[in-house]
This record gives sequence, C-alpha cells and structure tokens, in this order.
Amino acid sequence: MAKAGGTSGGGGKKSLKRKAAAQEPQEATVVAGDAATENGVPPPKAAAFPPGFSISEIKNKQRRHLMFTRWKQQQRKEKLAAKKKLKKERDALGDKAPPKPVPKTIDNQRVYDETTVDPNDEEVAYDEATDEFSSYFNRQTSPKILITTSDRPHGRTVRLCEQLSTVIPDSHVYYRRGLALKKIIPQCISRDFTDLIVINEDRKIPNGLILCHLPNGPTAHFKMSSVRLRKEIKRRGKDPTEHVPEIILNNFTTRLGHSIGRMFASLFPHNPQFIGRQVATFHNQRDYIFFRFHRYIFKSEKKVGIQELGPRFTLKLRSLQKGTFDSKYGEYEWVHKPREMDTSRRKFHL
Amino acid sequence: MAAATARWNHVWVGTETGILKGVNLQRKQAANFTAAGQPRREEAVSALCWGAGGEARILVGCADGTVKRFDTEEGIFQGQRHCPGGEGTFRGLAQADGNLITCMDSGILRVWHDDEKETSSDPLLELRVGPEVCRMRQDPAHPHVVATGGKENALKVWDLQGSKEPVFKAKNVRNDWLNLRVPIWEQDIQFLPGSQKLVTCTGYQQVRVYDPASPQRRPVLESTYGEYPLTAMTLTPEGNSVIVGNTHGQLAEIDFRQGRLLGCLKGLAGSVRGLQCHPSKPLLASCGLDRVLRIHRIRNPRGLEHKIYLKSRLNCLLLSGRDNWEDEPQEQEPDKTPIEDTETDELWASLEAAAKRKLPGLDPTHGAHQTRRKKKRPGSTSS
Repeated sequence: MAKAGGTSGGGGKKSLKRKAAAQEPQEATVVAGDAATENGVPPPKAAAFPPGFSISEIKNKQRRHLMFTRWKQQQRKEKLAAKKKLKKERDALGDKAPPKPVPKTIDNQRVYDETTVDPNDEEVAYDEATDEFSSYFNRQTSPKILITTSDRPHGRTVRLCEQLSTVIPDSHVYYRRGLALKKIIPQCISRDFTDLIVINEDRKIPNGLILCHLPNGPTAHFKMSSVRLRKEIKRRGKDPTEHVPEIILNNFTTRLGHSIGRMFASLFPHNPQFIGRQVATFHNQRDYIFFRFHRYIFKSEKKVGIQELGPRFTLKLRSLQKGTFDSKYGEYEWVHKPREMDTSRRKFHL
Repeated sequence: MAAATARWNHVWVGTETGILKGVNLQRKQAANFTAAGQPRREEAVSALCWGAGGEARILVGCADGTVKRFDTEEGIFQGQRHCPGGEGTFRGLAQADGNLITCMDSGILRVWHDDEKETSSDPLLELRVGPEVCRMRQDPAHPHVVATGGKENALKVWDLQGSKEPVFKAKNVRNDWLNLRVPIWEQDIQFLPGSQKLVTCTGYQQVRVYDPASPQRRPVLESTYGEYPLTAMTLTPEGNSVIVGNTHGQLAEIDFRQGRLLGCLKGLAGSVRGLQCHPSKPLLASCGLDRVLRIHRIRNPRGLEHKIYLKSRLNCLLLSGRDNWEDEPQEQEPDKTPIEDTETDELWASLEAAAKRKLPGLDPTHGAHQTRRKKKRPGSTSS
C-alpha cells in the first residue's frame, strides 16, 4: 500500500511518467479500439491518439500537468533542433546564405502617414520658414523660459521644476500664487519671455505639461508620466553644469511632429557649448516622447560613455492649440481623440 | 496642363500661406495656384466667393486687403484690386450685378464697382456695421441683401439699395437664470431659402434662428451643441438642418425646426474653418487647421468619402455646385488649320477620315502625360 502510494505520490516523475505513459497507450488503444469497433478501421499499434484528442480533455489535474510539461519539453527540443539545423545550413552555405528575415515589430508595420514631411517639399519649407518659430530659427530672439506649476504644488513637483531649470538655460521658476494663466501671459510677453512651461500636478505627482510659446505661438498640452527625479536615477553623474547643452530630436517625421520638434528646439539657446559635453534628448517613439539628459565622453573615436544626469520623463501630446493658452475659446490645430484616432495599433500621429 | 485641368476641380481651398488650391476628387489631385508664383503669408486667403458668370471665376480676398480675380477655365490670376477698409482682414466677400461687396474685421462694409480696368477707385457705398465683425453673408435669393454679425455685434440685415439703417437688427435674448447678460458672438450666418429667416451659430455653442418677418426681434429658436465655440455652418440640401463645426473638429447636424441633434460626423482633428454642402448631392466638404480637406457623405450612410492632405493650414473653401462630377472626356486638340488646296480636296477628305480615327488614339497618351501631383506612394518619402 505504502509502496504503491510512494510510487504514485512521491515517486520520481519518471516512474509516474512511465505509468502515465503506460496507461495512456492503454487508454488510447482502448479508445481507439472503441473507435475501431465503431468505424471498422484497425487502430495503429503505437501510441496514436485519436483525432480530436487534446491534453485539456484529461480530467486528472496531475496527469494533465504532466502531459503538458512533457509536450512542452518536446516542443522546446524540436525548436532547438530546428534552430541548430538552420544554423548548420547557413554555415554550410557561407556567403550564399539568404539574408536573415527581419522580425515584424509595430514600428516596422507602421501605417504610412501621408503627412510625413518630405525634406524637398517647398510648400512645407515655406510654411516652416514663416511660422511662429521663425524668429527663433532666424536667430532674432533667444529663448527665455518661465517655469511654473499648478496652484499649491507639492514636493516632487517643486523639485522637478528646480531640476528642469538647471537643465534648460535661461529659465526662471516662479511660484504660482493662484494666478490665472491668461493674466500671466501678457505679463510674460511684456517682460520678453519666449516660452511658458506649466507643470500640472495631481495627487502630489506631476502629470501634465503645458508648453506655451509667446507672444502668439502655439500651446501644446502633454500628459507626463514616469517622472524620475535626480536622486531616483541609478548610476547617475554629478549635477549638470551651466553649459548650454546640445539637443537631439529623434523621429519627429510627420507635419505635427515637425511642429512639436520645433517647439522643443526653441526652448534651448542656439549655440551649444561642446565643452560641457551635455545633451538633452527628445526621442519620439510610437507617439510617446522620452526626455533624457546625459553627459557624454568619447573614449575613442567610436566608443562613447554616457552618464544620465537630470530628470527623466515621458510625454504624450494631447492637443496643440493655435494661439496662446485659451483652452475654452482657442482654436485647436490638433486634438487627440482616443476613440477616433487610436483604433489601429499601427497608426501614429507624431 | 494645370490650365486644362483647372476647370474640373471640384473644391477650391484657400490657405494661410496665400496659395489657392484646386482639388479634383475624381483624380485625387490637388494643384497650387499663386498670384506671384511664390507663396506669401501676407496674402493669406481669408475669403472666397464665386465671381460673375456661374462658376467660371473666383474672387479671392487676401489678408493685405486685395481682392484677386482667378479664372478657373484658364487657371491663372487675372487681376487684383485693392479694397482697403480699416484694420483686420476680410470677413465677407460677395458680388452682385457687377459690384463687389467687401466687409472687413473693423466693421467697414464697402461696395465697389467691379471693373477690369479700374484698380482703385472710391467705393460706391460705405456702411459702418460695428466693430469686430466675424461674418458677412449675402442672401443668394436677393443679392443686394447682406447680413453681418460678430463679437458683441448683434445680427444685422442690411439692404444695400435701401437706407443706411439695417432692415433687421436682432435683440439679445433675456438675461439667464442668474440674471446675467448673455454675451453675443455670432460666428456664422446663413440665409434660409424660401423665407426670410436666418440661422446663426455663435461662439458660445448656440445655434439660433431669427425671423425678420415675425414681430419678435429675439431668436425664434435656440439650441446648443457641445462645449466649444462653433466656427462654421452650412445648410444641408434638404433644407431642414444645418451642419456646424467647432474648434475641436466636431461636426454635427442639427435640425433647426425642432432644435435637436440629428447626428455627428467624425474625422477632423483641428478647428473647422470652412464648411460647405453640395446643393443637390448629400456631400459635405470641410477644411480646417489640421491641413486636411475632407468630403463626408451626410446620409445613406453617413461617413467619410475622401480625405486629402494639403500641406498648409486651410482657411476657407468653395465647393463646386455642378451636378456632373465626372471629368468630361479630353477635348479634341485645337483644330488643325485647313490648308486651302482645292486640287487635293479628295486627298484631304481621305486624310480627314484617317485623322478622325487617329485622334481618339492620341488622347490616352496625352492624358497619361499629366503629372500626378498628389499621389504619394508609400515608402517613397524618407522619414
């Protein structure tokens, strides 16, 4: 009794397997035998499961689990064998081997956007040369930023503002004393500010960013997520210096992406100081904009080492409004409508 | 080539960069037309209207106060005249009996004698409509009747042949439930055919119907839609409803007999700047700040028909009201000058028969040479 219990319960998997294996063909042959008696076809001798049998039909959980793990191991073995075979064939062919197939990713499968900007397009070039940012790109104005928050900010937001002001040169942080943005904006214009950044806070964490270009430029409203302050970044470098950083804008291909990219570019002064070796990156991937701030050092011609310095956050564009901040009566150039625009997983707007 | 195809354009769109775009929906092509050859932001198109003589001409009102004449048959700008009128840009452009009616943002409404030769002359008539006008619209049934409205500028109907006072001046609605004055901001006006009524849409989300024939000067019907200012409005072909668009790109069809919402149209992402329905077909053309021209089908079934990306912000549009939207077959080449040679008449007779057989063969090749300007192949542009 005990022995039987031992083998069935605590016994090695192999014994159980053999038992199960021994039982399975018996069951299979029994079932097949039934099928045979029904159909009149002699069943095969080996462990042939009748068609339509699946492991999930076994009612006994332990046995079912065992069958499944066995099947899984067999699949893995077959896959490894196939891979090895393929590798062998490639090595055997050498140079004549066909190129490796490129795996499909959502970025690869992106639906072609008709608003993608062609670098040779004259109309778009004229539009950009005469839009609201032209005075910055023509070197007529240099940026001066005002950073503020929503009313009564908590610690994280305040620290984020301070860190942002070290990242963006010529920026000033002001406490928002419950003032209306529509009243702040004319005062900013009269004091020659070129941009206004408002960090919105909810439940003690920053979750939104409003970037308003002055005097009459567009206003972009972003959702902010994944905010990491300096002390939360692992293996970071020392605090950033006063040098003007370089900017990297990645992957802003569509017309809307171009406008947003130019908005970000107009936050930073024109001539970066390469001695400082600091770089701010706005990387757009799948409509999410990742902001990172690094210090780099070239160890040799091809090798670079980077240290992440400043705050890091992710932005997603919610709306782009023509004119300064006026969410109620302003005209919108682009509004994100989730139920209309997010129907396809492969369509992106930036 | 542009000249030949300009006639068959279904929609004409004016942009902020000063380019007039003609869009052919059958061939899915858009062509740019500029007066100076180069786009200029100072010439941003703010108003468009059909010129005299059917749809052969377009009058283009630009931001610098000039009205340009564009010939759709030839595809070229023919001339311009300077129509000053105070500060601001054109808010309404119309033409009646060879006269040009312009209304500027500052409220100066002027009637000019539209002559090809005279470039600048004094206006025939000048009216002060009130500051901050948002729209001036001409009654299609009575070309000398216009209506104006704006921000804190109530709806007024003017008869240009009559006195200098408005024929109908609307009164503001009663104070609301907090006893506060309701502000006025008429964004778009339409005359209803078959009666004297007018429909307006306001920046405070209201759609109002006024009846000058009734003794009450207040709106006869009022309904609201959405939470954002309504910017453009058009009448539907059946005549029971209007389609309005707001600054968020939402389009809605509202029945103005009952004041209820009939349905919405999806697709726009930016503020709606221009809307026009076809007079007989259930088609709606819309353009806005998201740089895309869309044609929707209003009924059976409601949905998007065409979507064309035009690279600049679009300000206003004109939809051709003609019935046949198919292209006419390519016209024959201008007739070859017949050589007067009486001796070889028979020879010419036989040659003409052969030529007639040949000409239809020439046409497809001629058609194929036309450049397709708007068809972007996927993967051709670099990211």
